[in-house]
Amino acid sequence: MRLSSTLKTYLEDFCKPGVILKSPSTDIFQNLALEDWIHQHIDVQTRRVLLLWRNDSAVVIGRHQNPWQECNLPMMRKLGIPLARRRSGGGTVYHDLGNINLTFFTSKKNYDRRRNLGVVTGALKDLRPDLDVVATDRFDIVLNGDYKISGTAAKLGRTAAYHHCTLLCSSNRPLLSLVLQSNCKGIKSNATPSVPSPVKNLMDEDPSLEATDIMEAIASRYNAEFGFDGPIITVDPSVEDLMPGIHDMAAELKTWEWVYGRTPKFSICTSFTVEGANVALDMDIKNGVVEKCAMDVPQQWLLPEVGQQLGSALTGVRFCPSEAAAVVAALMRTSSQDPDLARKTRRLYESVVAVI
Amino acid sequence: MAALMTVRGSFPVIRRLVSVQHLHKWCSSRVQKAPLVYTPLSYNVSVIHQHRFFRTSYAAAGPILQFKLSDIGEGIMEVTVKEWYVKEGDRVSQFDSICEVQSDKASVTITSRYDGVIRKLYYDIDSIALVGKPLVDIETDGAGEQTPDQDVVETPAVSLEEHTHQEIKGHKTQATPAVRRLAMENNIKLSEVVGTGKDGRILKEDILNFIARQTGAILPPSPFHEIQPPPPAPAAVAKPKEIRPSPSIPAPVAPRPVFTGKDHTEPLKGFHKAMVKTMSAALKIPHFGYKDEVDLTQLVRLRSELKGVSESRGVKLSYMPFFIKAASLGLLHFPVLNASVDDACQNITYKAAHNIGLAMDTPQGLLVPNVKNVQMLSIFEIAVELNRLQSLGAAGQLGTAELTGGTFTLSNIGSIGGTYAKPVILPPEVAIGALGKLQVLPRFNAKDEVVKAHIMNVSWSADHRIIDGATMCRFSNLWKSYLENPGSMVLDLK
Repeated sequence: MRLSSTLKTYLEDFCKPGVILKSPSTDIFQNLALEDWIHQHIDVQTRRVLLLWRNDSAVVIGRHQNPWQECNLPMMRKLGIPLARRRSGGGTVYHDLGNINLTFFTSKKNYDRRRNLGVVTGALKDLRPDLDVVATDRFDIVLNGDYKISGTAAKLGRTAAYHHCTLLCSSNRPLLSLVLQSNCKGIKSNATPSVPSPVKNLMDEDPSLEATDIMEAIASRYNAEFGFDGPIITVDPSVEDLMPGIHDMAAELKTWEWVYGRTPKFSICTSFTVEGANVALDMDIKNGVVEKCAMDVPQQWLLPEVGQQLGSALTGVRFCPSEAAAVVAALMRTSSQDPDLARKTRRLYESVVAVI
Repeated sequence: MAALMTVRGSFPVIRRLVSVQHLHKWCSSRVQKAPLVYTPLSYNVSVIHQHRFFRTSYAAAGPILQFKLSDIGEGIMEVTVKEWYVKEGDRVSQFDSICEVQSDKASVTITSRYDGVIRKLYYDIDSIALVGKPLVDIETDGAGEQTPDQDVVETPAVSLEEHTHQEIKGHKTQATPAVRRLAMENNIKLSEVVGTGKDGRILKEDILNFIARQTGAILPPSPFHEIQPPPPAPAAVAKPKEIRPSPSIPAPVAPRPVFTGKDHTEPLKGFHKAMVKTMSAALKIPHFGYKDEVDLTQLVRLRSELKGVSESRGVKLSYMPFFIKAASLGLLHFPVLNASVDDACQNITYKAAHNIGLAMDTPQGLLVPNVKNVQMLSIFEIAVELNRLQSLGAAGQLGTAELTGGTFTLSNIGSIGGTYAKPVILPPEVAIGALGKLQVLPRFNAKDEVVKAHIMNVSWSADHRIIDGATMCRFSNLWKSYLENPGSMVLDLK
């Protein structure tokens, strides 16, 4: 491929109506940026594009979801699993190398999720004719009638659309369950909730099924379904010259403002016990920033001013444990030095930060 | 543009409606094949005795049009409005993003069909919007021509490009009506302009550049203001603009540049507000300063020898572990520097643990995590802990455990720059030290020879209510002696 051309001009010269692309990158942000770039720059009025990709461990939430509600953020931080927010709707998924991602790019006119899923189930049956895989009304694919092996999401723009889905081949299921369980209690929100389902790996059903074989089968089936004959073209999302602007797109997907700040308004209504005292906590969070923070501290245990001071100090702070910790640390410097009071104040502060 | 020229020439006097219909027919020649009617409403062209099109202005404001939610496909009849990109009063251009709706795992970006000003939003966030019902009201520019039952697309999604394309020499040129108006007003053929927008779309800037290149002039920016939706929708990388002035123009007198920047005020929030409180409390403490110079030549040699050993154990060794351990050794002799006074300055508490804080510049701002119980740690253990704190700081993951409980602080401002400083004590502590940068300077040795020396300056501040100058000076001398002669540190190491 001549490096003087971009992916767009290359595909136009290539002149085939059906294109299958594959990303060698396993970085979730680079791959999401690649998806966006293709959606925005490649003309799908006269062609169809299929993108095959896989990522290292990551959790991906839908466009309008609440990460605190969907996954265990402290656990993810500890394990070094990044969180990404995609631009399409739908629910939360756990990605790792045992999970294949497929994106079908079409014009809005040709947007047909059922047909795309037919390609996937068809490909699986090509490989293993006895496999019981069926696409449901909700655009999931279930194995043996019970276990979800694929979830779907889509993004529609003005003239182009894409439909992407996952396919569980050999994913780390225990880690998946652990990480997709929220630890945050008392959240009240209108964000799109995920619908949890029992899942299974295709490899559990048939250990000889490998992700690479499945990807090839899907590519062949895609060509067969739409009458194409294209090869699989590898596209590296880290090459800026190929896709001008992609580097900035990936960077934007990593910003706190996009990943956390896009969370629809929500509130937390919970309580906890500190040294036997029961404290009620009420917080409103908008755009990922604390809009209001109020707590009800039993007067016999600690003066109400301490709670009010903390509430007011946390207002305007990002709903993020380290930012809250920084505020709390600064507050502790100016709070009373009486050892009893200081200890209680610190315990209260720490309990509030632990909620975040 | 050839077709357009013909129209102009043959219809010198045309009633407004007729001219628009002709324009419509010509522009949307492909539309006639599709089962729908679309009138480019923002076209207000009329030809009056002249060969230039210009927009006639009308006394009445433009009509307010209802923009209905068009069909999403797959038989979906209702969607949830998830995010608005515009609010009432905002100006939009055709194709600007208006809102994001969600239906059944699909997120859809709805873009504007018209140029104009948003006058009404029909739905709140999280409400259900119905397909075919009004989504927003847009007041279009000037007087728009339209048939009374102007209706929007109801059939399965047909791309808007089919209406707004000009077919010139078999080439499709995309441009918004506003851009095309600009081109027409300046007698420019769109086919000659290079589009730098998405899909090769011709933007206003492309027309302006084209004109600039033609006339060698730099045009003032047009007053037309387009709304840019919040991400996602970055413009494709524009080719660098070249405006080549014609060589024969004499240098004009440069006009006075007018500064149009505006002040920006915002309330202090969160961490900054907390810092204000801390620093105000800090400056209530009567500070005194004491500064000195430390010759680190021997320490530099020692560290370069130990660096390899430390790295083989997987730990980066800087100078800080030495400074911190030397401070702790000094505090053993001068415990008043590791103390705290109560609010009324009536009682002094000598802290047993040496939790030495390290001022760190993180993405969140100035944070001071501390190394706990330095009095019990070896220099290597301090280095390990420092590495851990630094990686937590860089990742933005420092917690309350790391950030609270400090008793004494060192600030390595020299790693960024500077020599002497006037550090501010962080309550409830009573002393702080700021370390300047390590410089290589000439000094006299014992034999009166000029030698190369590695010199660092230290600036101490202490609470004068409980600490006097002599105490600070003796502490500093002890600390300095440990660093200038690291061997003596080994003697006193606990």
